[in-house]
Amino acid sequence: MTATTMSDHAQPNSPKMGLKMASALKESETRAGLMDKLESIRQIDAAKIDIRDLSFFYGKFKALHNISMQIPDKQVTAFIGPSGCGKSTLLRIFNRIYDLYPGQNATGDVTLDGLPILSPKVDVNMLRAKIGMVFQKPTPFPMSIYDNVAFGVRLYERMSKSELDDRVEWALQRSAIWDEVKDKLKQSGAALSGGQQQRLCIARAIAVKPEVLLLDEPTSALDPISTTKIEELVHELKSDFTIAIVTHNMQQAARVSDFTAFMYLGKLIEFDHTDIIFTNPGRKETEDYITGRFG
Amino acid sequence: MATPEEQMALHRQLHAKSTGVLLDKLFKGSAFSFAALVLIVLFGMMLMLLKEAWPTFAHFGFGFFISSDWDVVNNKYGALIPIVGTLVTSLIAVVIGVPVSFGIAIFITMMAPAWMKRPVGIAIELLAAVPSIIYGMWGLFYFAPWFANYIQPFMTNTLGELPILGQFFQGPPIGVSIFTAGVVLAIMIIPFIASVMRDMFEIVPTTLKESAFAMGSTTWEVIWKVVLPYTKSGVVGGVILGLGRAMGETMAVAFVVGNSLELNTGLFYPGATIASTMANEFNEASGLHMSSLIALGLILFVITFLVLSIAKWFLMMLERAHEGTGT
Amino acid sequence: MKAPAPNPHRAVHKMTKYQVRKIINYVNLSASIVVTLFGLAMLAWILTVLFGKGFHYLNWAVFSQMTPPPGESGGLLNAIVGTLALTFLAVLIGTPIGIMAGTYLAEFGMKSKFSSVVRFINDVLLSAPSIVVGVFVYTLVVAPSGHFSGWAGAIALSILVIPVVVRTTEDMLKLVPIPMREAAAALGAPRYKVTISIVYKAALSGMITGVLLATARIMGETAPLLFTALNNQFWSVDMNQPIANMPVVIYQYALSPYEDWQNLAWAGALLITISVLLMNIMARYTLKSPTSR
Repeated sequence: MTATTMSDHAQPNSPKMGLKMASALKESETRAGLMDKLESIRQIDAAKIDIRDLSFFYGKFKALHNISMQIPDKQVTAFIGPSGCGKSTLLRIFNRIYDLYPGQNATGDVTLDGLPILSPKVDVNMLRAKIGMVFQKPTPFPMSIYDNVAFGVRLYERMSKSELDDRVEWALQRSAIWDEVKDKLKQSGAALSGGQQQRLCIARAIAVKPEVLLLDEPTSALDPISTTKIEELVHELKSDFTIAIVTHNMQQAARVSDFTAFMYLGKLIEFDHTDIIFTNPGRKETEDYITGRFG
Repeated sequence: MATPEEQMALHRQLHAKSTGVLLDKLFKGSAFSFAALVLIVLFGMMLMLLKEAWPTFAHFGFGFFISSDWDVVNNKYGALIPIVGTLVTSLIAVVIGVPVSFGIAIFITMMAPAWMKRPVGIAIELLAAVPSIIYGMWGLFYFAPWFANYIQPFMTNTLGELPILGQFFQGPPIGVSIFTAGVVLAIMIIPFIASVMRDMFEIVPTTLKESAFAMGSTTWEVIWKVVLPYTKSGVVGGVILGLGRAMGETMAVAFVVGNSLELNTGLFYPGATIASTMANEFNEASGLHMSSLIALGLILFVITFLVLSIAKWFLMMLERAHEGTGT
Repeated sequence: MKAPAPNPHRAVHKMTKYQVRKIINYVNLSASIVVTLFGLAMLAWILTVLFGKGFHYLNWAVFSQMTPPPGESGGLLNAIVGTLALTFLAVLIGTPIGIMAGTYLAEFGMKSKFSSVVRFINDVLLSAPSIVVGVFVYTLVVAPSGHFSGWAGAIALSILVIPVVVRTTEDMLKLVPIPMREAAAALGAPRYKVTISIVYKAALSGMITGVLLATARIMGETAPLLFTALNNQFWSVDMNQPIANMPVVIYQYALSPYEDWQNLAWAGALLITISVLLMNIMARYTLKSPTSR
């Protein structure tokens, strides 16, 4: 199999294909060194989320156009692109958070571990318990730090006080905030700094032990030091979770992700290994964007 | 990749509808019903009043609206005097109340030193909450006698001498009158209108005012040419809301209007408004008399409904106008 | 020549125009101060009268004795208790309705046609003349049952509570940032859970403010009670019977020819005003205090 065939055919029906690279959009071209990468791609046939021919509508406005891609298990996948390109919209489909709003709907197929999630039969609350999300601005709930982390756990799991204590501690440890808050678990989450709040939100999201963690521009409201901490954390967490991160900061995508998807005007332009996207992108638009010529 | 067992487990979880879904429907459904109840109350109100007022409309026809004859002894009813009384008292209230409220709002937002703004603002707002019956008692026992002794003779001797207009400033020196009711209403709605205006003036972006000052405008010019045009829909809306309040006000008016259903051109004669007539006569009424009082209530309701719709329209205009500018 | 010689006439002319503007400014600003003083003086007059008269006639008997027959001295005990009972019931009926309706507008209906109609109608109810509400409840409850009653009064007052609570609930819920709801939903919380455990919690102080404001509004309401709860000269807490209440007692006594009654009316007016103002101050204080500490 050559790179040309690999990138030219859009074969949404071959599940064994491994990662497809926004193939339909890719022009045929052969690139040196790609072969090695392809080998590694084909080894990751463990797609956590499989997206096929996905379109999204805000009322009549079509915000996403026929996107097909696969998000690999236990890896970090970054979504980049100029504002309004649909990267956040795409992320918000994975946990069907868009369901909260009438008039928004998605067509196509998205599967989590092979199970379709867009089906109306799926209990969205259960789905969301499996797919955690962290938002642009920290959103501590108006309750204590402890209760913030325990909130999601209490929804679906019955456990003793000590088990819950352990879970909360585990989540806060994993989110690298335990040392900062262990003496003030009863205090309000709102009293923490912005960066701490965001790590608290990550702790809250992982406390329910989700399969996937969605991060929607998690550092855009934070200072550089907090940003670094979050990025380190993302790196730590990928051993346990499949992570999808939307960012407008290309350096961040380069730093934290294994795969990067470049989106533009609601289309997936290119999806590949992060180092390929940043060193040898296949498409002119991608190159223009990462070199700062537009966006 | 998930093993088949894991996949099955996940499938079961995702498809086992939790009680959450049911409770969600229940919650949304009841929220919806209570929202609908708000509509039902209003339309129920309209319907009930219309039903009870129907004998009057059937008996007197359109004449009910234009007849000034309200005669309980002979069981003949016309709504003209209370309707006119309501309109005239609230008009007087607005004519006196609006400039005063405007002055107060200007004083608070543009002139008062910083330490004074909050206390004066809060005082005004708290006064808006004083029950109207207090205004009525004060009006009857203090304001009306004072007005009859000092202000009314002065007005009759000056304004009363004017051609044409003069006839409006006549009446016996007893204090309780349409005019007194208007003044008491004015004082009642001043805190309300003033705080609406203050809120409006405060949304004017500082940069806008500063650029006007930077061009050498005087404070008054900034108020008149920048602040007021920027907020005019809101100010008009607020004034109309105040007008609506004045029209529907019962207690303050019932004390000082004199409750006389005779037709006079002089504003210093006792008169009546819709609300005061209802408050006075309702508990002794029955049959056609009761029906006519309810008909008065319906008319009042419809008038305030219209006034409110107009106010809302103006406030909507304000929102629209500022949507584009990002305020 | 780049800089022309200054023309003395022009300068003088300019000065004059500027002076005119200055004079207009002074005149209008002074007028503002004068009307402010006038407004404040009137309001101060009212309060002086109220507090002077009220405190003068306020004594222990007001709180310990029943409303007296004409020409005798007595107190307002039954009216105070009646007003507390009516207010409590009205708030009890109106608050849940108002909160649920407000929740629908803020959380579910949002920009739908139905919601905008409800919002408009609610604003109409908010400013509807309270006497019309009284007549409505008269036709709805009093006329069919054949007698005035405490229940009728409580229902009339609750109709005044509902729109205030709907409005503040909606406004306060809307202040809760949308991402906070999404964050809770993203954890798998069902919608009702998001609303009750997160949104209500975040907006709690504002919602309490709304209820306090509604309470303040109805405590001094007279007109709707004239045709519903009416009055009762004797001790009664039977909600099926006419019940004494402060506003109606104040109204009747103030307009009576008996001096004892008039004096009691002033004492009652002071009590009601103080209660209403306290409610308002509490409402402000609640709103200012942070939701979570």
